[in-house]
Amino acid sequence: MYNDSVIGVAAAEADMPIRSNLSFTCSHVNLYYGSFQALKDINLKIERNKITALIGPSGCGKSTFLRTLNRMNDLVPGCRVEGEIMLDGVDAYKDVDPIVLRRHVGMVFQQPNPFPKSIYDNVAYGPRLKGITKKSELDEIVETSLRQAAIWDELKDRLKKSALGLSGGQQQRLCIARALAVNPEVLLMDEATSALDPISTAHIEDLALELKKKYTVIMVTHNMQQAKRIADRTAFFYLGEMVEYGDTEQIFDHPQEERTIRYVSGNFG
Amino acid sequence: MTADMTNSNKDYLRNVDGGLRRAHLFDEIATATFYIVSGAFVLLLIAFTLYVVWGGVQAISPEIFSFSETGIGNQFFNTVYLVFLSLVISVPIGIAAGVYMAEYAPEGRVTNSLRIAIETLSSLPSIVVGLFGYLVFIIMVNTQWNLFSGALAVSILSLPLITTTTYDAFKALPIGWKHGSLALGATHWETIWHVMLPASVGPIMTGIILAAGRGFGEAAALLYTAGMSTDINWSVWDITSPVCPLNPFRPGETLSLQVWASRTEATSASAGDVAAAASAVLMIMVLVFSIGARLLSRHLAKKSEGENA
Repeated sequence: MYNDSVIGVAAAEADMPIRSNLSFTCSHVNLYYGSFQALKDINLKIERNKITALIGPSGCGKSTFLRTLNRMNDLVPGCRVEGEIMLDGVDAYKDVDPIVLRRHVGMVFQQPNPFPKSIYDNVAYGPRLKGITKKSELDEIVETSLRQAAIWDELKDRLKKSALGLSGGQQQRLCIARALAVNPEVLLMDEATSALDPISTAHIEDLALELKKKYTVIMVTHNMQQAKRIADRTAFFYLGEMVEYGDTEQIFDHPQEERTIRYVSGNFG
Repeated sequence: MTADMTNSNKDYLRNVDGGLRRAHLFDEIATATFYIVSGAFVLLLIAFTLYVVWGGVQAISPEIFSFSETGIGNQFFNTVYLVFLSLVISVPIGIAAGVYMAEYAPEGRVTNSLRIAIETLSSLPSIVVGLFGYLVFIIMVNTQWNLFSGALAVSILSLPLITTTTYDAFKALPIGWKHGSLALGATHWETIWHVMLPASVGPIMTGIILAAGRGFGEAAALLYTAGMSTDINWSVWDITSPVCPLNPFRPGETLSLQVWASRTEATSASAGDVAAAASAVLMIMVLVFSIGARLLSRHLAKKSEGENA
């Protein structure tokens, strides 16, 4: 058994409880869509304040796995999850209301999906759901979140304008700000740069590196170069199994499993 | 020599063969046809409107615009009141039903049978709805013809319009908005209320305009429900009185019924003028309502979407 109570960064702050350096601990996770098994016995420990990349070919289950972490799969009819997914030592499926879970585990999607509302209202959406109505408080959250998403300077003069008028890259950073505004601990990014041009992608990658200081980032990516550039840890998924998981350098430079070797070298057949 | 070779070699780029020439020709014919057809419709609409309004203008007299038995004032008020009542009934129910079908009803059998039921309802002849209303809202309740029954009958006709436009609007929304909201910790209902409904205001308003149009123009469904008479005393404001204008449980002839009656049954000399004026007023009402609803919907959309970038 592993020791779950390694002293983490948070312990430095006196009034904070000592937290594990683990964010998610998944044991024996199986997921079924009806009779189809999409995830097979996944065991994975996600480390806090790191970027973890999930890689693998299309249909390998990496996105499905990501969506088990904030229970977005609950929305899929006929979807069933077995096993245990613990967030900070609490069972995310048995002991946490999905609404509460999603406030702690934010998500950014493949296609930027800002609401058809003003930039301000997009970012204030989550805080308002939590019952924050005071304008000064919302103003502050909006500014902080947009600053964290490195887009405040671009948008500060047009907060009342429609978010749909922004470029794709701006929309995606707005969506990151929107996710950060509810103050999550974990940020899930589901191929968040695959619809963006290289410059916007670079922005988001820089941002992820900045965000891991405060948040735990878990990203699904099709782009192996991206995983190599920014991820600390990488998990390789294939046909619903997690084949190999380790430090990014190890996965790319010294993979142990035959299937990983073939995938990262580009010879998949 | 080489230049010639190159030229002749590139003939395939300059060549337009017979098949392509024909395709271009058809393309132009199709474009012209669509222009002609849509232009003809616009002209027809303008001509019709002008004809009706001109007929009304010629018929104008202070007498006709009075709230007396020979005027159209009372019928004008009844029409507005009836449409208002029917929208009060059908808008909430229609939107709720559309949202239920799009968001809550299990896909497949339930939604399919609901769809069939709604489509059948919307293709019912309005006289059938009128007789149904007469049986259920008048005879079974054991009452006299009244505006509220008329509003209920019109609601049966307008409900499918509002339900289907709401359903279609919800189904057309990008799924990313719904997922984005849920991923932020919103409940399903919060997602519907704060994101999906505001984003559907435009199409839903179209459904409401169609529904109101149904109410303004309806005659057959009102014959035996709202009734063919109207007796209003504008100095009585006790809502329980059968002559109080605001009492929904009094008979209330509407403009379209008045047009129909004046053209078919009336014997008075001014009946033709009354019909012409009532038609013109009806047409202008529908127009004003449509434009007003559009402006309102644009205002609401702007309020919720933020200014254009």
